[in-house]
Amino acid sequence: MLSNKSLLDIDSLEPGDIELILSNADSFGEISKRKVKKVPTLRGKTVFNLFFEPSTRTRTSFEIAAKRLSADIVNFSAPDSSLKKGESIIDTLRTILSMKVDLVIIRHPDSGTAVMMDRLTDIPVINAGDGKNRHPTQALLDLYTINKEFGKLKGLKAAVVGDFLDSRVARSDVALFKKMGMDVTIVSPTMFLPEDFSEIKVRHCIDDVIEDCDILYMLRMQFERQSRKFYPSVMEYKRFLGLDMDRLKRMKSGSIVMHPGPVNRGIEITDEVMDVKGKLADKIVIEKQVTSGVAIRMAILYLILG
Amino acid sequence: MPEIANILSESDMERVIKRISHEILERNKGPGNLVFIGLQKRGVPLANRIVANIEKFEGARVDAGKLDITFYRDDIGRSIKRDAQITDISFDIGGKNVILVDDVLYTGRTVRAAMDAIIDFGRPRSIQLVVLIDRGHRELPIRADYVGKNLPTSRSESVEVKLKEVDGTDSVTVVKKE
Repeated sequence: MLSNKSLLDIDSLEPGDIELILSNADSFGEISKRKVKKVPTLRGKTVFNLFFEPSTRTRTSFEIAAKRLSADIVNFSAPDSSLKKGESIIDTLRTILSMKVDLVIIRHPDSGTAVMMDRLTDIPVINAGDGKNRHPTQALLDLYTINKEFGKLKGLKAAVVGDFLDSRVARSDVALFKKMGMDVTIVSPTMFLPEDFSEIKVRHCIDDVIEDCDILYMLRMQFERQSRKFYPSVMEYKRFLGLDMDRLKRMKSGSIVMHPGPVNRGIEITDEVMDVKGKLADKIVIEKQVTSGVAIRMAILYLILG
Repeated sequence: MPEIANILSESDMERVIKRISHEILERNKGPGNLVFIGLQKRGVPLANRIVANIEKFEGARVDAGKLDITFYRDDIGRSIKRDAQITDISFDIGGKNVILVDDVLYTGRTVRAAMDAIIDFGRPRSIQLVVLIDRGHRELPIRADYVGKNLPTSRSESVEVKLKEVDGTDSVTVVKKE
């Protein structure tokens, strides 16, 4: 029912696809609240979780989503694989496809791997993150979380804060948020910005947006992906881009704080903010994002495979 | 031109639903242990109307939920995909007499799926089926306990139920496809 067989990026999603995924996610979210959290919808389908890169939440989120729909899911992670024995990635992909699975979910440290996989096969492929390129299911679950919090998308002011250059989450979220008519500002130092950057508003300090934004989207500092050391010190990062109690208190009423996880406590967000209690705690929707993730991934698996 | 026959008018429908409401109360000896589950989409307003009748006749409130059976269909991947609607059963069905409500009973496959779904929510004492129209052509051993109208049809005809809550008008028509 989606316009393409695979979900590889945000750009090829039609507005109708996005609407369909969001509207179905509510129904799937309800299943996770039942006593028996399983429906027979995808019985007999085999889903391959192909993870060449460490991941806890995305991999388990897909696994739970598939299991709640009664699909069989096989997990593959790189350290256990024959890649260690010297098999090339193309041969690994061919081997998996020869086992006649119905859908492949792929995460890989190199940009473009999901597209390559998609070209090798007729079965659907879901990109669960490829290098610095795209992470479409993260963007969709973020959009769904926002829509649930605000009941609308158009005109909302989103500030995406942090290391934009290395972030597939940021690339996907900014593309999707703009597509849905949101007002997006990137808050990032110049060295974290790609070269082709003219259409989007850029600020360099979180204080420039903190009082005005509806959504404060904190990116993870991606130490593992940074090939050079761009930022002089963690102290300086915190000073310009970190969220502490003082800044949290200055955010306007009804606004929310998001993060794709895992959070580097003490860098993007302080311990105090992560563990805040009382009224301000309602602003932190990071756990809701994880809950939304299961519902969104169930909806996507159903719309692609069902 | 497709041929159209009117089967139930607005006032017919009101009488039929009243009669079914009385039958349910009679057979279950009152509203005490009843819960209603309407099947999306048009079973939901039908269930609500029966519940409103029971409240009027007996002064008792009974729970009503809604169920979407998309996830339990046996033709996933073979037919056009439906948009999943909301399921909302926010009460315990364990030990209850569950009254399942739908607009048209045809092959019985929807009811089969609904029974599977209901049993995932708990173990009811019984499941009873209400349909506004029974048009025959069963493919599974399923029957309705309360029927608004038995309507012999051919497979080339289609039965269209319209309800005020969904369609703005109450009517049942049979349309003969060419």
